[in-house]
Amino acid sequence: MNLIDTYMPSHWRGPYTLFKKELLRFWRVAFQTVASPVLTALLYLLIFSHVLADHVQVYKGVPYTAFLVPGLIMMSLLQNSFANSSSSLIQSKVMGNVVFILLTPLTYLQFFSAFLAASVIRGVFVGLSIYLVSIWFVEVPITHPVWIITFALLGSALLGTFGIIAGIWADKFDQMAAFQNFVIMPLTFLSGVFYSIHSLPPFWQIVSKFNPFFYMIDGFRYGFFGQGDVSPWISLIVVTAFLLALAWLCLKMLKSGYKLRG
Amino acid sequence: MFGKDLTIPAIQIQQVHKQFGPLNALNGVNLTVEQGEFFALLGPNGAGKSTLINIMAGLLKPSAGKVAIMGHDVISDYQRARMALGVVPQELVFDPFFNVREMLRFQAGYFGRGPENDAWVDEVIEGLGLTDKAHTNMRKLSGGMKRRALIAQALAHRPPVIVLDEPTAGVDVELRQMLWTFIKQLNRDGHTIILTTHYLEEAETLCERVAMMKQGQIVALDTTANLLKSHAAKNLRLTLKHAPLPASLLPLLKHGENAVFTLGLSEFTQVELVLAELRKANIEIEDMQLIEADLEDVFMSLVGGV
Repeated sequence: MNLIDTYMPSHWRGPYTLFKKELLRFWRVAFQTVASPVLTALLYLLIFSHVLADHVQVYKGVPYTAFLVPGLIMMSLLQNSFANSSSSLIQSKVMGNVVFILLTPLTYLQFFSAFLAASVIRGVFVGLSIYLVSIWFVEVPITHPVWIITFALLGSALLGTFGIIAGIWADKFDQMAAFQNFVIMPLTFLSGVFYSIHSLPPFWQIVSKFNPFFYMIDGFRYGFFGQGDVSPWISLIVVTAFLLALAWLCLKMLKSGYKLRG
Repeated sequence: MFGKDLTIPAIQIQQVHKQFGPLNALNGVNLTVEQGEFFALLGPNGAGKSTLINIMAGLLKPSAGKVAIMGHDVISDYQRARMALGVVPQELVFDPFFNVREMLRFQAGYFGRGPENDAWVDEVIEGLGLTDKAHTNMRKLSGGMKRRALIAQALAHRPPVIVLDEPTAGVDVELRQMLWTFIKQLNRDGHTIILTTHYLEEAETLCERVAMMKQGQIVALDTTANLLKSHAAKNLRLTLKHAPLPASLLPLLKHGENAVFTLGLSEFTQVELVLAELRKANIEIEDMQLIEADLEDVFMSLVGGV
């Protein structure tokens, strides 16, 4: 028997190492990956609340500034979950160092899990940071914490998966920027971060209901105020269905080696 | 070193084809490398060497055929196959977020190796002269240091088979010597080494066996000594005094310039024939040298003019 046959590698250490590396990767540049989105969210909060607080009340008994906080948290959480997996993959592909992962015995499922877990951690960490900073300025009630946690995890997992797909698909930074600016950004801004879809004309209310980001934000916001545009159960079904569909697509891409293995 | 079953080849390649659209990059390659060998894979650019290496490493899938590393199929048993293989890529690629030691520990970790492997990682760092740079970020290393770090990364999980794709390209003489000393030691310790290089004298000095590739096929596969013996025996370099080479010797001519002619001889006895022809033509010889053929001659005769 040779060394290879007698040596049994730990099954969890490989994916755990990749997860740890992905965590450290964003933590090493925490100013860019954590502090910057927190500051951006606070600026949104400051400006919008200053301009609109006295004019708009979306939910009964909920000040506009408080209404805004869950939307901003979710927006940053989604964008950062997406950014974590997508930027790591596109950078590794462009620089060529993705080969170090492809040469290993990691399975496609382990690859997916490690990138996904790191994306969820970054998204949730950024979201939590925004919440903790926001509550210094505005009182935000927590009515159903289980819904908050559920939608935070599902939302970050969905966008983390979306980020892996984008990272595999894109061949250059330009394509990734297009993905971010023409898909992620519009879907986020048109999802009810700054407003309730009930304030929109009927046509745009229907259009909004085809946007999965709307359900993530609405379900998340329900956890804070106990009020939403649709039932949180509907949001849960829609978000879970989207997550499963994207995860299926992503795993299929990884299994086939699409754009990673020739 | 590995307490191994020596009957299992380190690498077995059977009837491997690879097509990229209309291009046949590999065309029925068969190759077996035994455990403990120091093996060279040579060929001009575009011959299919890197394609073959990428198939061994699982970066490309063969269109047809089978490849096994230490008896493990690279498709159906890819985890064990990759555990057994360390690949040093040709390009100087690196992760800009981490230092040398971190990268090596991560690389070992991807293969399931934990803190028990740290002593080996430190040994590799020391062996490759990277101790001073262990805490230096990868992007701050010089080209030569990056090359050492790449080799260290391929060794981090202690693979029995190591593939080095042009490891000394763009490396200065001192570092090249140091790398070869280190790699020869690995081979003595029982690692199988497969090398591609453009420096043919390296392959000639280091490798026991050589495969030469041309247009996706192996055109020669033998021990270095046999290749030298069978394909190009000797070169005779003549400097003639103000005279052209007699027409009867033109079939032997390999190179001629400014009255200096290099003739390729298949056997030593041809020297007498050449001298007789020169005497007959009344041509005076100013200088004469008999040069042993090298791998470059073999290479040129087999794959030259692609």
